[in-house]
Amino acid sequence: MNEIRSEILKHLEKNSKADLGELAVLLGTNEVSIANEIADMEKEGIICGYHTLIDWDKAGRGYVNALIEVRVTPQREKGFAKTAARIGNYPEVTAVYLISGGYDFLVTIDGKTLLEVSKFVSEKLSTLDEVIGTTTHFILKKYKDHGTILTPEEKPERMAVTP
Amino acid sequence: MMRNPLSKKIVSIEPSGIRKFFDIVNEMPDAISLGVGEPDFDTPWRIREEGIYSLERGRTFYTSNAGLKDLKTEISRYLERKIQVTYEPDSEVLVTVGGSEAIDLAFRAMIDEGDEVLIPQPSYVSYLPCAVLADAVPVVIPLKKENEFKLTAEELEAAITPKTKILVLPFPNNPTGAIMTKEDLEPIAEVVKKHDIYVLSDEIYSELTYQEDHVSIASLPEMKERTLVINGFSKGFAMTGWRLGYVCGPKEIVEQMVKIHQYAIMCAPTNSQYAAIEGLKNCEDEVQEMRNAYNQRRRFLVHEFKRMGLECFEPFGAFYIFPSIREFGMTSEEFATRLLEEEKVAVVPGSAFGDSGEGHIRVSYAYSLEDLKEALGRVENFINRLREKITNE
Repeated sequence: MNEIRSEILKHLEKNSKADLGELAVLLGTNEVSIANEIADMEKEGIICGYHTLIDWDKAGRGYVNALIEVRVTPQREKGFAKTAARIGNYPEVTAVYLISGGYDFLVTIDGKTLLEVSKFVSEKLSTLDEVIGTTTHFILKKYKDHGTILTPEEKPERMAVTP
Repeated sequence: MMRNPLSKKIVSIEPSGIRKFFDIVNEMPDAISLGVGEPDFDTPWRIREEGIYSLERGRTFYTSNAGLKDLKTEISRYLERKIQVTYEPDSEVLVTVGGSEAIDLAFRAMIDEGDEVLIPQPSYVSYLPCAVLADAVPVVIPLKKENEFKLTAEELEAAITPKTKILVLPFPNNPTGAIMTKEDLEPIAEVVKKHDIYVLSDEIYSELTYQEDHVSIASLPEMKERTLVINGFSKGFAMTGWRLGYVCGPKEIVEQMVKIHQYAIMCAPTNSQYAAIEGLKNCEDEVQEMRNAYNQRRRFLVHEFKRMGLECFEPFGAFYIFPSIREFGMTSEEFATRLLEEEKVAVVPGSAFGDSGEGHIRVSYAYSLEDLKEALGRVENFINRLREKITNE
């Protein structure tokens, strides 16, 4: 990947609302080329969306997040892909990863309540034919998410003027 | 009446001009400062972690005077990679308490009373007093804005006398951000060799260049034997508070420097030394990341100052930009003081770095973009007001 793309992506990953004119200044190029690169990367599927990182607890609407380990039987010809798609289609599922090690999928899920999450696991997930077993881990507190420390410590102060 | 307890020499030395300014800023809690000479980044975590680990292991003893063998070896490898000069770790490398100690040691080890030290200015504030403390006669070479504050062979030639012993070469430069390329250094090296003088090359900002890689004068033919290269971890590795630097050069000089260091300091902080090894071995990416961030802010500042119509050459090193404020008809100290009082933005007057810095201000970009934006907005208000007033008169 070329330098300029990688720099644009690094900025957008931290701030999807970055101003194009400003990006152009920072990266030593012009606004049009930045806009073109971004449009191209959207088309190519490199940029897949512009999401917002939200602390729902602070917003007063606490979500229950869980990580679910899922063991499945791979299916003939389709391998894991079909099962992954089936699980991923549920709107409450936020991510599905195929994992090496003791189980097959790691599924992350947002629910409104503990009950809702456990209902999803027992009624939807476990009842799929391919699913052999699940282990659910509820997230108690997030310290860092998407590369962002959620409750940053106060920065130690630098002196205001030094040679 | 008691006798005077003080040395005339030390009393004759001016306290740093920056100090005065620092005291004013400190009284203003809501001031935004663009006045610091240290990175805004935390030391990369892997370096800090190594420091913590070395404390846990109980590595709290003195090291040998010249520094840990492993660190000296890594320094030697690092310089081989970066400036293509090979230093023998056991005899040509000395680990110091920051680059500043190395400056002091160099003068003390090389100067006899009356020897002249050439100091290009504007430059870092400690060369001149350190030279005076070593009984040298400091000779200032005023650098010119027309040359983008680079040192030229003609300027050097003109300043040399039979008593000249050392040329201080402070590039990439604090406060101007100027760098010296290989083409700029070659004629300097010729003059240095012709007059048989030595070079103290302060390369503390060597990691922070934005156009091409830093070139050390020590890498030019027959220059290693007449150059002391000073460098350290403060700027490139964001380790100012760890107080760790080093100096490399000819064995005979380093040997004498070790002697002073041994009696005055003993050794550089052990903990910092262990941490720095990790920095040299595994932090190329982190350093690159910081360099990228500085470079983007640099472009932003150059762009903004241009837009405001402030005269400013594009600096390619360190993390400073040095715009001219001549058009406002006041001294840089007046300008900085009024900017602080009226808009609560702290910059350092160029005159703090020598008379040839007059007419300029040093703006540091070791700040987040958000801070820079806020501060520049205020600077713009300030200069717009000044210009209005000038037009009305």
